[in-house]
Amino acid sequence: MARNTVGSRTTPSDAEAALRRLFLRGLDGDAGAYREFLQKLSAHLRAFLGKRLFGWPDEVEDLVQECLLAMHNQRHTYQSDQPLTAWVHAIARYKMIDLLRAKSVREDLHDPLDDDLAVFAASATEASDAKRDLGGLLQTLPERQRLPIVHVKIEGLSVAETASLTGMSESAVKVGIHRGLKALAAKFGGGAAP
Amino acid sequence: MKTDDLVNLLATGEVAVPRRSASGRIGLAVLAALPVSFVILFGEYGLRPDLVQAMFWPMFWVKVLFPLCIAAAAFVTVQRLARPGVRMRHAWWGGVLPVLGIWGLAAFVWFSVPIEERMPLLMGQSWRICALSIGFMALPVFAATFVALRGLAPTRPALAGAAAGALAGGVGASVYALHCMELTAPFLAVWYVSGIAVPVLLGASLGPRLLRW
Repeated sequence: MARNTVGSRTTPSDAEAALRRLFLRGLDGDAGAYREFLQKLSAHLRAFLGKRLFGWPDEVEDLVQECLLAMHNQRHTYQSDQPLTAWVHAIARYKMIDLLRAKSVREDLHDPLDDDLAVFAASATEASDAKRDLGGLLQTLPERQRLPIVHVKIEGLSVAETASLTGMSESAVKVGIHRGLKALAAKFGGGAAP
Repeated sequence: MKTDDLVNLLATGEVAVPRRSASGRIGLAVLAALPVSFVILFGEYGLRPDLVQAMFWPMFWVKVLFPLCIAAAAFVTVQRLARPGVRMRHAWWGGVLPVLGIWGLAAFVWFSVPIEERMPLLMGQSWRICALSIGFMALPVFAATFVALRGLAPTRPALAGAAAGALAGGVGASVYALHCMELTAPFLAVWYVSGIAVPVLLGASLGPRLLRW
């Protein structure tokens, strides 16, 4: 298989500390740190989920993306005194169970749902493309959610610029992004499965 | 779609989240819903006429406080269940112990009175409406807590729903206790506990459907 796991030299607790620092800076508004956090996190998730979904290598990247979007949408539920590993693991596990339940093959599993918390133990940077098509999913959103996401999150315009471009109020733009990403998460999990 | 594209999308624009923006939501939900329960109490039921007098009887306080203990424990439990990776720990015991306590008290009373007095103690005057009324009183807190939970991220939705139900049922039973005339432990042990169990079961069955994210 082409996807190889790049064994990182850092220990899980080093990774926890580094990721947590980046995440907290992101929560304070540092978009660069947040991007770096998401990149590193996706590599860890890829290795973590890849090990547990070895039967379905095609599902791994889909699930990585689903987890990333879920963690982004739920980032307000992280408490800064809590180990990031526990938070990430709980969400990844929740999304994985969701996927397995949808496949209704839970009884065939050996033991992928272990309580091993080592989400950050390994990191796999080589990503295959997910089958899901973001552009197509965005098209299914109503305009008041799609336009804010396209202008702010893809084209990189500011909220104010988007507001004047679309004729929406600034708070409507923010709400549109928020609700749109939640709606996307629902589509990631449900309707998007082939 | 490439994962890097998704990462870029998520990390572009405003990424800040106010710290602790999630911490007060369930508390606010309860505070917002509580007045509605009191509106139901005053509008549909009314306070018991001898409320001031009843405040001097220990059983009255047992009746008000045992559901409140359940509600408090359920509040702590639901707060934990609403956040990924936070362990439930032993908070749920705080909800079970008051029930065991009232059952123990009820058993003691039951066996210490003559047989012919037992059924009246158990059924009281209002057994028909008690559990249903408690469920009715619990409804505002139940709905508000579910709305708050939908903005959070419970990874065990059935448990979170059950805990939300216990919170609502405990609050509902305490409010209803201000109307209800019954004061016997066997009555509380059966009808109050049933009244609280209704929203718990409802929450456990609705949780997986309504709390998905």
